[in-house]
Order: sequence, then C-alpha cells, then structure tokens
Amino acid sequence: MDVSGDDRALIEFVYHEARLIDEKRFEEWYDLYADDCRYWMPLMRDQPPGAGHTSLFDEDKLLLKIRIERLRNPKSYSQAFPSWCQHILQAPSIERREMHLGMFVLRTPFLYAEYQQDQQEIYCGVAWHHLRTAAGRILIAVKKIELLNREAALPSLQLFP
Amino acid sequence: MTGYRHSPAAIRALVRDDAVHRDVYTNPELFDLEMERLWRSAWTYVGHDSQVPNPGDFHTVNIAGQPLLMLRGHDGAVRVLLNRCAHKGSKIVGAGSGNCGKLLRCSYHGWTYTLDGALRTVPVKSGYADTRFAESEASRGLTSAAAIANYRGFVFVRLSQSGASFAEYFGDSLGSIDNLADRSPMGRLEVAGAPLRYMHNSNWKMFVENLNDTMHPMVAHESSAGTARELWQTQPPETPMPMVIEQFLPFVSNYDFFDKMGVKIYDHGHSYTGVNFSIHSSYSAIPEYAAQMEAVYGAERARAILGDSRHNTVYYPSLTVKGAIQTIRVVRPIAVDRTLIESFTLRLVGAPPVLLERSATYNRLINASTSVVGHDDLYCYRAIQEGLAGNGNEWVNLQRNYSDSEKEQGKEATYNGTSEVSMRGQFRAWAAAMTAGGAT
Repeated sequence: MDVSGDDRALIEFVYHEARLIDEKRFEEWYDLYADDCRYWMPLMRDQPPGAGHTSLFDEDKLLLKIRIERLRNPKSYSQAFPSWCQHILQAPSIERREMHLGMFVLRTPFLYAEYQQDQQEIYCGVAWHHLRTAAGRILIAVKKIELLNREAALPSLQLFP
Repeated sequence: MTGYRHSPAAIRALVRDDAVHRDVYTNPELFDLEMERLWRSAWTYVGHDSQVPNPGDFHTVNIAGQPLLMLRGHDGAVRVLLNRCAHKGSKIVGAGSGNCGKLLRCSYHGWTYTLDGALRTVPVKSGYADTRFAESEASRGLTSAAAIANYRGFVFVRLSQSGASFAEYFGDSLGSIDNLADRSPMGRLEVAGAPLRYMHNSNWKMFVENLNDTMHPMVAHESSAGTARELWQTQPPETPMPMVIEQFLPFVSNYDFFDKMGVKIYDHGHSYTGVNFSIHSSYSAIPEYAAQMEAVYGAERARAILGDSRHNTVYYPSLTVKGAIQTIRVVRPIAVDRTLIESFTLRLVGAPPVLLERSATYNRLINASTSVVGHDDLYCYRAIQEGLAGNGNEWVNLQRNYSDSEKEQGKEATYNGTSEVSMRGQFRAWAAAMTAGGAT
C-alpha cells in the first residue's frame, strides 16, 4: 500500500487489517505487524502497559505466530469445528499525528462476532491502532483492544478481535 | 425423577473404587445436592485478605448458591457474612468489591450494620416499640458464615454448622499454601489486580480432576505447546529463550516426565502433583531473588522453599494452587454444566518485579479465555459433557494404577505421577460428603 501518512490510506489500512482476519488470511495479516509489535487486550480499565498485570492478549510477534500456526494444526481440537469471525468497524478517527516520527494513532469502535458450531458470541469495544509509516509501508506497532466487557466471565475467544 | 435426594444408597452406587457413574457430571439433582452437602460442609475458598486491605473494604462472592461478603473490620479482622439484609433480604452490597465506609447500609430501607454484622440503626425505630423485635431474626443482624479461617491470607469458610475443623479438613496439604507464601521474602502475598474469568460450559469436577491429570498435556496441548516448541527449534542457537517459550515447552514433556513427577493425596479429596519436580522446575534462575531469599531464610531453607516446585495442588473442591508460579484458580460451579473459573495472579511481596511478570504471563498463556491451552482443555471437558449422554456405557473409568491397597494405605501417600489416584480420592470424599447422615 503506497502511503505517506495521508488520512485515507491510514483509515483504509485499519479496514484492511480487520478484513484479513475475517477472511483468515493470517499470513498477510501477520505481515502488517512490526517486528517489535504488541497485540494487546488489557483486562482492566486504565491498565498501564507492561507486565505488572495480566491481560487477555499481550502478544508479541512470536506469540502471534504461535497462534497462527496452531490454527493450521489438525490437532487443534478446539478448532475441530472451525471458528469464524466478523468485524464491523465504525469509521476510524485519527487521534494523534506525529508526522516527524511517522507515527499515527487511530481509534476505531467495533463490533466483533465469533461463531463456532451453532454458537455466536458478540463482543464490542474500541481498537487503538498505533501505526508506523516508513519506506512507503504502514506497520502496526501496537493494536490495543479495549473490550467493553473485559472483566466479565467470558467463553473461549479463539480468533482475533 | 431420579430420586437421589432420599437415597444415600443410590448415591453410593455411583462411586466405585475405580470408576464413577456419568450422572455425577450430568444430573441436575446431584448438582443441587453437591451444593447442599459437599460444598456447604467443605472448607471453601472465599478470597485473599489482600483484596480487603483496609477497614470497610469488602469483596463479594457466591459460593454454593450463597451470596457472601468478605469484609475487613475496624479491628483488622476479616469476616465473612451472608450478603443479605436482615430486614427483607436485599443484598447489602452489590456485586464486586469496594469500601463501605464505617457502616454497611442497605439500599432499600436504610438499615445499618457495624462491620462485624451487628444491627446498628433502623430508621424510625419507634415503629418496632411494642413488637417483640428483640426476639426476631432481624434483630440479630447479618448472619456470619458458620466457620471461617484465615490461613496465611487465604480466607476459607465452612457454611454448614457441622463438619470438620479447618485443620482436620486440610491437614498437611496446607504445605502448598505455606510454600507459596514462603516464596515471598516477607512471607506475604498480594492479589495483583483483577482475575481472569473464564466461563466453562462443563461440570466443575472435570476442571478439578484435570489439574492433576498428567496424561493429557502431551495430547491436548500438542497443538499449542508443540507448535511453540517447533517454532522455537527454528530459531538460531544463540537466541535467548523468551519467557513464553520457557513456560510453554514443559507442557509437551513426555509420559515418563509426568510419571516421575509424583502425586500425593490427602484425606477429603486434596492432592498435589509435582512431589519430586514439575513443569515449573526448569525456569531460568533469578540470581537477585535467590540471594534475597537466602538472606532472609538462610541458604538451606531458601533452597528447600524454591526447590519445592509443585505442579497443581487441589484444595477440594473450590481452590487450586500453583505455588511455583504464584497463580491460583478458583472454582465456582453455577449449574451442572456451567462452571466459572477465576484465575488470580499473586505478587510475592518484596520480590523482584520479574516474578510478577512471570506469574502474570503464565496466567494469561494458560488460564485466560483467550488461551490456546485453555481452549483445548475446555474443548475436551465439553466433549465429555456431551459424550456422556451416550448409552451403553454409563461409567467413567478411573482405573489407571488402581490398587486395592490404596484405600488401606492411610490418608496420605505418594504415588507415581500418572496415576489417577487423585481422582479416586476426590470421589471417595465426594461420596462420603454426599451420603453423610444417610441411614440407608
């Protein structure tokens, strides 16, 4: 994607990221993440980043890779009936621009449905994309997902909000 | 109508020495009886006293259908009260945690209680002037749990009036809580923030049994821990091992490893695996922490504490403890096929922050509703829950390494780690509690 930080490209990127998950194009999805990325879903409200508290997701690129590889493993029994998901995104807003660093922060309220074997769970929340632009590419430095019901007793959540 | 309630003999027939009938996992009447007879006569875990550090702090839970309130008084003592106004029965504080101030006050008619549960004021008390109010249940204030114990910060209750004392009930199994608390250079633990709350659509006993089921990890977790191992093997040889890899790899240890780990069982259904070593034994050293522990405890005792690397301890039926990684999992049955598992991260007070990082990381990797390990465990529990409906074989086999002598060997003994002896011990305790007082 050819970009230099223009708004349309940043917003399209967020839509594109969700679409790759929904279509299970995980290799392409993985490539959207920077090598030092974080895919983070905190457990508490106002939880500071870092290891001082547990989270629902706090994945570096290695953990994302493990998840993607596992989903392809025929011995992933919890995927005997494959899960499918669908993101419904509100238009992302650009919340912060640090042009000199090529860093942008986008806020995207979302609905996320995950479906498996006659059961559909619907989650909602706000996703924060910390995007880094360099050499004509956009990469995800941090995707922080604030689930509305993050403290609730939740069933298995197996894909990627 | 199966009629278990009035037939101890029918309940007794569900539990053989080496097998149990499927009804123990699927029958709603037995679930209700479990709550009444097993859970209320057992010592069940309420919470950790670090969740209520200051006077007026409260924490609400529901155990065996009972709304409870753990509360720190002005005297510093932690009490457990029924969360039910003495007047018309409203919960006196809503769900969750908080601070109630100097008094508990009901949101409906404003009756107030001191922090020990005694009734303090009733608006327009003159309305009760000639009513024999002093003889009423209401005048006695909030009901206390029948028995409460605070063991090194872990608060337990027994809800029924009669039953074993705390010391009798847990015996030497308390060594796992000791080992966990002793791992703090100050001998103190704190709950670090919110628990992971994972709803299981399966019977509570499947989860409890699984904690000391050492024949499943290499099968059920091959796709997760095995994938982690494969990816790790493609890294250049000099790559430092990330914490997550260090924590995943032992899950796919072989049968011999888990067998030699050993399992110890106690009376009343308690047990722990990892008598000799465990999946937590080979974590990288933290020299700063080891030095700190030696300075506090002396070299020999510090080595003994840190060398005792237990796998899972089951405090039957409500609590499971992982001392070596400082996480606990609390079992809250909701229905015969519905169980909430709450997993808490504990901070070793005074220890370096990397210990908390280890604990928080492990808790997320293994116990979250987003965990690739948890997904496969729950898949298996659910598969059992549905598979048990099949007629033709109504028995769940628990025969691995069974021997008639295990019932005679006394209440406390160690066995090979892959034995199903911990499950048989749980069901002996189950049958005893479920038929207590029954004549036929």
